[in-house]
Amino acid sequence: MAKAAAFSGAYVSNLGPSVEGFLLPAGDEDGAFFWEGTARGELRIQKCNACGHLRHPPRPMCPRCRSVDRGYAAMSGRATVWSYVVPHPPLLAPYSDLAPYNVIVVALDEDPNLRFVGNLVSGVDGALNEIDPESIRIGEAVEAVFKKFVRADGSEQTLPFWVRAS
Amino acid sequence: MSPGVALRDATAIVGISQTEFAKHLEPSEAELACQVIVAACADAGVEVSEVDALCSYTMEATEEVDIARNIGCGEITFFSQVGYGGGAGCGVVGHAALAVATGQAEVAVAWRARKRGSGPRPWTNTSTQLHVPGQWTRPAGLLRPVDEIGMLTRRYMHDYGATREHLANVATAVRGHANVNPAALMYAKPMSREDYMASRWVSEPLCLFDNCLETDGALACVIVSAERARDLRHPPVYVHAFAQGLPPEHQTMVNFYNEDPLTGPAWACAKRLWANADFGPDDVSVAQIYDAFSPLILLSLEGYGFCKRGEAGPFTDNGNLEWGKGSLPVNTSGGGLSEAYVHGFNLINEGVRQMRGTSTAQVENAETCLVTSGEGVPTSALLLRR
Repeated sequence: MAKAAAFSGAYVSNLGPSVEGFLLPAGDEDGAFFWEGTARGELRIQKCNACGHLRHPPRPMCPRCRSVDRGYAAMSGRATVWSYVVPHPPLLAPYSDLAPYNVIVVALDEDPNLRFVGNLVSGVDGALNEIDPESIRIGEAVEAVFKKFVRADGSEQTLPFWVRAS
Repeated sequence: MSPGVALRDATAIVGISQTEFAKHLEPSEAELACQVIVAACADAGVEVSEVDALCSYTMEATEEVDIARNIGCGEITFFSQVGYGGGAGCGVVGHAALAVATGQAEVAVAWRARKRGSGPRPWTNTSTQLHVPGQWTRPAGLLRPVDEIGMLTRRYMHDYGATREHLANVATAVRGHANVNPAALMYAKPMSREDYMASRWVSEPLCLFDNCLETDGALACVIVSAERARDLRHPPVYVHAFAQGLPPEHQTMVNFYNEDPLTGPAWACAKRLWANADFGPDDVSVAQIYDAFSPLILLSLEGYGFCKRGEAGPFTDNGNLEWGKGSLPVNTSGGGLSEAYVHGFNLINEGVRQMRGTSTAQVENAETCLVTSGEGVPTSALLLRR
């Protein structure tokens, strides 16, 4: 058995998937502000308090000025599709039941080097597989929406999804 | 004198061995590792008791202490493990070469034993996958390595006009090499371009035949000083140059978060590799390029300087990667796509066979061989020469 991947920093223990079986973030201390933001409908990006550099994924030190003084800034949620894949089985349930579905990487309007992995859906409650993958175009404009998931223990986790820009 | 120059041709690979490759082998990974190391020493003509350095992957399940007390080593004075899965292979051999070249050891063994064919897929273990950085990708259903590399591939195709025909060039060239290698899992299974195009999707834009095999197997090699090598059974295969590569703001497999995700670890690795070599890409006779997925060969051809950015697709046209036909025969034993997937160690042993003149797809008068490890993860590469 391979050893577990090493990771830096403490993490909130993995509370398990959503009641539907979707994987949810285990999270870590560095990223906690992000998930607090999604719960409020905000797409937050880590910001260096010393030089203002925006960075994602969150981490303790600014790679530009080496400051550990860090906060975050709320983004507009506007982005463009940078790339996408269409996974087919074998996959984990319940993703396998939805395959083929799309996974996209988006580049944020504020800085195209800030990218996010997500799904293109038709609306906040849309399924991963309802957009025709043939219709997805690299470069098309999207915006963030926020969907709440509930775990078996009743805890909640809100994830960003992406819809075509109106 | 720079360390790279100090390493140049200072050591040689003098023994290689591999187990049978299969979907399932009965012995444990530990037993396979021990058998293959002992066999590599026999191939080299060195006593197992002389081994004083042990190098492998962090993902190797059998640790040095277990290898040493099983195979009957004496005193081990150097041991190291290299991280990042398929990025490690050439680094493992490189660390062994550095140890020998700097006098930390005299007889070094590098190995990898893996029962990936029998075992579960690592991506199915969600308890280890949802921490940093998996929390940013797995919930969206980006679950497997093929999905992660597919994402970079789609962007590459978009930016540079590469097509599935180019990926088919890669997959069919490598399969053709497996078809003349009796040790390859796909030895008896030819694959046409039509077969490739008709295969099922795994993660669009990648289909089944863009994916490597899942294999049980083990391989090892023995590294000694160039001086010692000249007294041994086989012609020495010199470690001409070695490098590792980890570019700025890289993230393993999910390298989406920096300025140019398509300028991957190969580029950083190649700079050091060529700086430490006394020849360049045009002088490479044959290449073994890490191929967990066929598009990694396109990215690596550019990273290691065989063509310019965006030109790797057309570079594969007209059989250019095929033995007996092209300017750069690639993965002449069938690689990870069609021989066996053992985290790329079979590419190293095939590089040695090409330099010995004993490959089943032997490139005539081959003088030099590039061997690379995984692209899309912190990586490593070797230049071998006769």
